[in-house]
Amino acid sequence: MSELPAPVLTGHEFFAGMSARHLDRLAAVAGHDHFTAGGRIFEEGRPADRFWLIRSGRVALDLHVPGRGGLIVESLEPGTVLGWSWLFPPYEWRFGAAAVEAVRAVVFDAAAVRALCAGDPSLGYELTRRFAAIMLDRLQNTRMRLLDLYGTPSEGAW
Amino acid sequence: MTAMAPVPYRVTARRAETRDTATITLEPCGGAAIAPIRPGQFTMLYAFGVGEAPISVSRTGPLIQQTIRGVGAVTHALYAARPGQVIGMRGPYGTGWGVEEATGRDLVFAAGGIGLAPLRSALLYALDRRGSYGDIALLIGARTAEDLLYGREPEDWRRRGVRVEVTVDRADSGWEGHVGLITTLVGRLGERLDGSVAFVCGPEIMMRLTARELLARGAADIRISLERNMRCGVGWCGHCQLGPLLLCRDGPVVSYEDAAPLLSVKEL
Repeated sequence: MSELPAPVLTGHEFFAGMSARHLDRLAAVAGHDHFTAGGRIFEEGRPADRFWLIRSGRVALDLHVPGRGGLIVESLEPGTVLGWSWLFPPYEWRFGAAAVEAVRAVVFDAAAVRALCAGDPSLGYELTRRFAAIMLDRLQNTRMRLLDLYGTPSEGAW
Repeated sequence: MTAMAPVPYRVTARRAETRDTATITLEPCGGAAIAPIRPGQFTMLYAFGVGEAPISVSRTGPLIQQTIRGVGAVTHALYAARPGQVIGMRGPYGTGWGVEEATGRDLVFAAGGIGLAPLRSALLYALDRRGSYGDIALLIGARTAEDLLYGREPEDWRRRGVRVEVTVDRADSGWEGHVGLITTLVGRLGERLDGSVAFVCGPEIMMRLTARELLARGAADIRISLERNMRCGVGWCGHCQLGPLLLCRDGPVVSYEDAAPLLSVKEL
């Protein structure tokens, strides 16, 4: 993984407003990554040792369900983050991920980022706050989808 | 003939859209016909011997098309209507989308589920006058890929210059489109939507969340189509009251600015 110039991170929505000091530290453990369309990015149950900022392309989070095959849980688009299982033990992916379209991304070494956060709580707080916002957004979207809004109405139908 | 007397129309074509939804094409049986329909208005369709239901119009003009989801006795009968069958029609009723007056502006259509049906009439109207409008985007949210309406039409709309974005709630690995809430598609349209007119139709929660995203990007002119218990269609019976509005007359299309305070009132 080659070190990235910090401006690459500055241009990404996820890092908007982050201090130059923090960006420099993160850029030191980041690199460019890419996946061809159809390529697997990670598999459920494997070590979550990195995460990505998607710069272009589309990623599908998926899960293999016996008897039903692969189900897509959610699509991730440019501007967002792929992967947060690296933040919490046991540091294993809970879902799989595949590039639906060719993907360009910035990849981070998860262990190195955790070490940076442990050594600099202000960076740890800043990063955790940003991940929490993404988790909140996806949790709310998931709850809405659980409502099955487009399902057949059960009452009052003509 | 009174406002309550249905005019006989014959089904001339039927296209199954999904397992429970079909689009029927209707022509007047004889000389009598209802007045021209504006995109966004609805009609009351009468399945003789079964009952009457408010149905949005998915294509206006000389060729009337209505898309029906069979969920109850009346809509099942209408959904099952075959070419040659006669049904009754009253209307047209209510306010339209106002797409006719939105010339020169960018248009954003956001459809959830069967909500695409009334939006299709406005989209087709704009496409027939493509040069009179700016950019046109259509966001579609559906339960699954099998629930998407209008077959290959979205591809045709793309060819005619519409940016079409589709998302579904559930998909298997064969689906190459987007999976997620329709609100996530709004961000794809760019940071700012100032000056655009947005037309939104779908479940009320979907409309509220979509409107919130549109507002955050500067789209101040947002119109939504509301559904209540329309019966008479002419503002007499009061069944479709929503606060100060009688939706068969003052709606179904209302500005989000006016409707938003009403949508958050329980049991209204």
